[in-house]
Amino acid sequence: MVVQYLAFVIFSAFAIIGAAMVVWSRNLVHSALFLVMSLFGVAGLFILLSAPFLAAIQVLVYIGAIAILIIFAVMLTRSMTAIREPFNAQSWLGAVIGAVLFVALVAGMILPVWGWGSLPTLPQSDVVGTTRDIGIALVSADGYVLPFEVASLLLTAAMVGAIVIARED
Amino acid sequence: MVIPLWMYLIVAASIFSIGVFAVLARRNAVAVLMGIELMLNAVNVNLVAFWRYSTTDSSMGGQVFAAFLFVVAAAEAAVGLAIVIAVYRNRRSVIVEDVDMLRW
Repeated sequence: MVVQYLAFVIFSAFAIIGAAMVVWSRNLVHSALFLVMSLFGVAGLFILLSAPFLAAIQVLVYIGAIAILIIFAVMLTRSMTAIREPFNAQSWLGAVIGAVLFVALVAGMILPVWGWGSLPTLPQSDVVGTTRDIGIALVSADGYVLPFEVASLLLTAAMVGAIVIARED
Repeated sequence: MVIPLWMYLIVAASIFSIGVFAVLARRNAVAVLMGIELMLNAVNVNLVAFWRYSTTDSSMGGQVFAAFLFVVAAAEAAVGLAIVIAVYRNRRSVIVEDVDMLRW
């Protein structure tokens, strides 16, 4: 169990430090690579939460596709990768809003604002959401088959929309 | 000794707050999109953590919801970056302050 704690600390550090460096890096390419680091940490957290399918999808879709897409966008807008001032004039206000949001979220966890009292500390038995379980849930009639079809429609619409918007003419 | 739920929630809350700061403070539109990705990731961690620690629900709802969030994130990234590239082609800039055509 100590190993689990150690893994949690390491993956959390990956996720949080990576996220912080995404914001702080002046060079956008570095930001994109730190984004990969943060996403990898989140994938590790998925494994600790016994969701191996989501961890694999995180690596395949996020790191394999979205991060590469972002790096392509950085490359295509190359004159903009190292602008002198990466933060806008109201960045202090953004920092204040972020800090207030964090404090509010933590307070909502600790204080019984929504009548919860205390959060559960023990995970629900030791279920592992295998790929088989999630696949059955996605396509069974009493499961999530309608949202599944709508999601495929959304992906098609997004693909067509992205091609139309980015097309040269 | 297992990891309690609040640790995951703290991690997700800090990633989400950093994402909010990135969206509000960065000038480059691609960096703003990266902040949105961070926020979606934090929400995903929360969804899976609550699914794992739920005492009443034993279905796969949390994981399925997280999988749909992946779909939404992929669609958002594709369309968002297409918009960024279209704007760059027209205005030679991806600074969000320069894109003020609709500003009154």
